[in-house]
Amino acid sequence: MSYMFTVSPDFAPDRLSGWYIFNTWLQKQSAEAIHLEMYNHYHDLHQAIAADKIDLIYANPFDAAMLVREKGFLPLVRAKGESDEAIIAVNADSNINDVADLKPNTRVAFTDDPDVRLMGMIMLEPADLHAGNIIPLLSDNHVLVAKHLLKGEADVGIILAEAYDNLSGMLKKQLRILVRSQISVIYHSLMIGPRLQSRRDDFQKILLEMDRDEKGGGVLNALGFSAWQRIEDEEMEFMIDLMDTLNT
Amino acid sequence: MIVDMKPEDIVGEYQEATLTYCDGKSRKVLYTGLETPYPDGKLIVSTTTPDGIISHVNRAFVEMSGYTETELLGAPHCILRHPDMPAAAFKDLWDTVLRGEKWQGFVKNLRKDGGYYWVKATVIPNVRGGKVVGFTSVRRKPSRSNVDECIALYPTLI
Repeated sequence: MSYMFTVSPDFAPDRLSGWYIFNTWLQKQSAEAIHLEMYNHYHDLHQAIAADKIDLIYANPFDAAMLVREKGFLPLVRAKGESDEAIIAVNADSNINDVADLKPNTRVAFTDDPDVRLMGMIMLEPADLHAGNIIPLLSDNHVLVAKHLLKGEADVGIILAEAYDNLSGMLKKQLRILVRSQISVIYHSLMIGPRLQSRRDDFQKILLEMDRDEKGGGVLNALGFSAWQRIEDEEMEFMIDLMDTLNT
Repeated sequence: MIVDMKPEDIVGEYQEATLTYCDGKSRKVLYTGLETPYPDGKLIVSTTTPDGIISHVNRAFVEMSGYTETELLGAPHCILRHPDMPAAAFKDLWDTVLRGEKWQGFVKNLRKDGGYYWVKATVIPNVRGGKVVGFTSVRRKPSRSNVDECIALYPTLI
């Protein structure tokens, strides 16, 4: 039997090959046939989840709640020391110096990454901005969000902090950070679906020992991670509760 | 266990008030007019037991409350209650979460040093195996207009 693995579409483009290498490594270590399917858009990912096609997923925290509550997924591991953060950025020449300066009908550029958008919109709340009184500019990726700012097509942009940090120096020079979130408790997680759950302990063991494995360390490096750390069930429940409080 | 606030912890001129909580216990609180602005980009997170005893706090909670983590863990969440907050708001909070629903509102919190900070708070029950095992509260930065509305409204509810 072959299983399907996927990665939340907000993965950094330069890590794409890393995920394929990881999948090859994981197949060898677990002796399971696992096919990696990458989706470019959340819409496609959510259709695959709804059709119960996915067995293993590096999931966005926004999707984690649905995967646990509706699809019976369980957490395995998270990248050690990593958390999801968002940035509100403006054009470096913008006269906006504080979120409180923003007014209704502000043009806000963002991607379809749901947790980054959620964190970003929370950071815009102090200006009384919400989905109903902004002009949204949905962009295909974080670089295009930055370009909307440079061209003056957007007043503010919501960007995944990691993606912002990886923008070229040239781009960053023309942008300014208005707010960087310091939430620390929201993170992506590698999760295992019902068809593979009899092997949950094996997978967890393999992954937790990965950084000490001769080849595993290099594979982690290709993903930009130092090691995996275990996610306890209660830890996942806590993050789901947290997302629930934020999603209002 | 909740103890009276101590004058030596207070920064600036203060007033005194005695708060009586829903369990009948009272506490003398000392409060000043000094506001600590809510920091951009941060969330204050805490978890309590079903009867409101703090079981987890994050770093932002510690920083904004002025208490140490040791002082907070095991203390009742009402340690943060400010005398300007109407009791009706907390009754509504508890009535809502005990029904298993999410509560959201604007709260003026009291710091250990007698100062205060405004938050937009969301509280949800933590349901595990069909049972409420505690509550999670997440606070974020409120808008000034929401705070100004509360400053005008809350005195009419006390």
